[in-house]
Amino acid sequence: MLAYDFMRHAFAAAAVVSLVAGTVGYFLVLRGQTFAGHALAHVGFTGATGAVLVGIAPLWGLVIVTLAAGIGMGFIGERLAERDVAIGLVLAFALGLGLLFLHYYTAFASQATALLFGNVLAVEPRTVWILAALGAVTLGMLAAISRPMLFASLQPQLAEAKGVSPRRYGVLFLVVVALTTAACAQIVGVLLVFALMVGPPAAAQRLTTTLATGVLLSALLALAESWGGLTLAFYSDWPGSFCIVLLSGAVYVLAALPWNRALTVRPVRP
Amino acid sequence: MNVISFRDVRVELGGRVVLDRVTLEIGQGEFVGMLGPNGSGKTTLMRAILGLVPPAQGAIQVLGRPATRGNPAVGYLPQLHGPAPGARLRGRDFVASAVDGHRLGLPWPGDRGRTEVDRVLDLVGGRELAARPLNTLSGGERQRLLLAQALLGQPQLLLLDEPLISLDPHRQQEVVALVRSLQQTLGITVLFSAHELNPLLGVMDRVLYLGSGQAALGSVDAVITGPVLSRLYGAPIEVIRVQGRIFVMSGAHEVERDDHRHGHDHAGSHRHAAHG
Repeated sequence: MLAYDFMRHAFAAAAVVSLVAGTVGYFLVLRGQTFAGHALAHVGFTGATGAVLVGIAPLWGLVIVTLAAGIGMGFIGERLAERDVAIGLVLAFALGLGLLFLHYYTAFASQATALLFGNVLAVEPRTVWILAALGAVTLGMLAAISRPMLFASLQPQLAEAKGVSPRRYGVLFLVVVALTTAACAQIVGVLLVFALMVGPPAAAQRLTTTLATGVLLSALLALAESWGGLTLAFYSDWPGSFCIVLLSGAVYVLAALPWNRALTVRPVRP
Repeated sequence: MNVISFRDVRVELGGRVVLDRVTLEIGQGEFVGMLGPNGSGKTTLMRAILGLVPPAQGAIQVLGRPATRGNPAVGYLPQLHGPAPGARLRGRDFVASAVDGHRLGLPWPGDRGRTEVDRVLDLVGGRELAARPLNTLSGGERQRLLLAQALLGQPQLLLLDEPLISLDPHRQQEVVALVRSLQQTLGITVLFSAHELNPLLGVMDRVLYLGSGQAALGSVDAVITGPVLSRLYGAPIEVIRVQGRIFVMSGAHEVERDDHRHGHDHAGSHRHAAHG
């Protein structure tokens, strides 16, 4: 399987993207912002289609638009109660715009499908390097902000009293999420970003209650699911994205089963 | 030196005057219970001490300096608002997230941070609790961990915003007793807001009662009286003492009881010390 160049590139790209997605996704799920990740991916589709329209690579369209949308969402939705409304508004506008771009874009139907559902087997070596650079920047930024961001997520009022602005770190974190979403979309497409950004962290949070172990487990699960999915795709001839989503869903269901929870979480004492 | 000093302070929130010309002084090692009807500014007063709400007039001093955000000498336990994020996280990591939380970097505490987390967990007897995820803890157990978190960094002043909310009378007494013993062993000052007076009777050194933008600070006997409370509530108030308990009545209604019912919808949590 690894004798083929396209498979090696796919494995490399999937490794980079899933390690980033699993790590960033852990905090996304912890903050209860999975909807934001989903929305950013959809908005990214608008960016990608728009980029093709003006003649630049879809990846840069994705990056620019998800970044702008992430920052916008972070600023509009300061409080928890407002988040859903803010995200919904941005999403509706962006999807409408995407529809407009798609209107001029119908000639490239296969490229549209690749954006929506991913085409990991068509990843070029150059894209792998770009993804690696993007991933390094994303993880570097997450590493820098993770302590105050976590503090502000878990205890916003206390954080504010200690001089940590929950809003500032909310915006910065959504920038990290936006970059991750753009990278993820290259592998599984904008519609299936959940498979890498939400599935593995949600499973990890079912399996361990420790922060450090959870982050590590989430990244490793994402890696295992994307590599496993690629292997399955190679031998079954099913689409790669489908195989990754299948594994992501299966792992989460296994992790969330009641018998499993009884094993991993200590029972409550009366 | 006073730990908290308000001089002629007016605080406005969204154009509404919450505190008006409030002057008060709280000294070293005092346990002050803060009471008052909903919307009387208990949380706002704490936020003003934390430097989060600048006074429109007057001056607030904390430990001899103007109130500012991020004062490490002030510990704070915010009021709970619904389910907390990170409920699947074990208690220890939740507590530890506040260690050096204002500094950039990775969220893993170093040796010093781990020692500090152990110290505060031991203070509240929470080492075993901290191994469990938050969503398996009862309200009282969670408050103990939040109290531990507030004690990080060895604060000299502890602001506790409604730590008794939605606890049954027995757990309320446990939390009050724990705070009292910590306050005495650590020699710190505590400002403890509550909906009800009775759980704090015999424990607090003085009571701070807020109402109608005013504040009355003094001994229970001096403050919990018909004339003082009538002024704060802006309505005739009668104070009834029964077997060491105190009931604040407006006409035929017990005001604290009514406040509690209107203010909080936690089903099944309305049992009162007075009736428990």
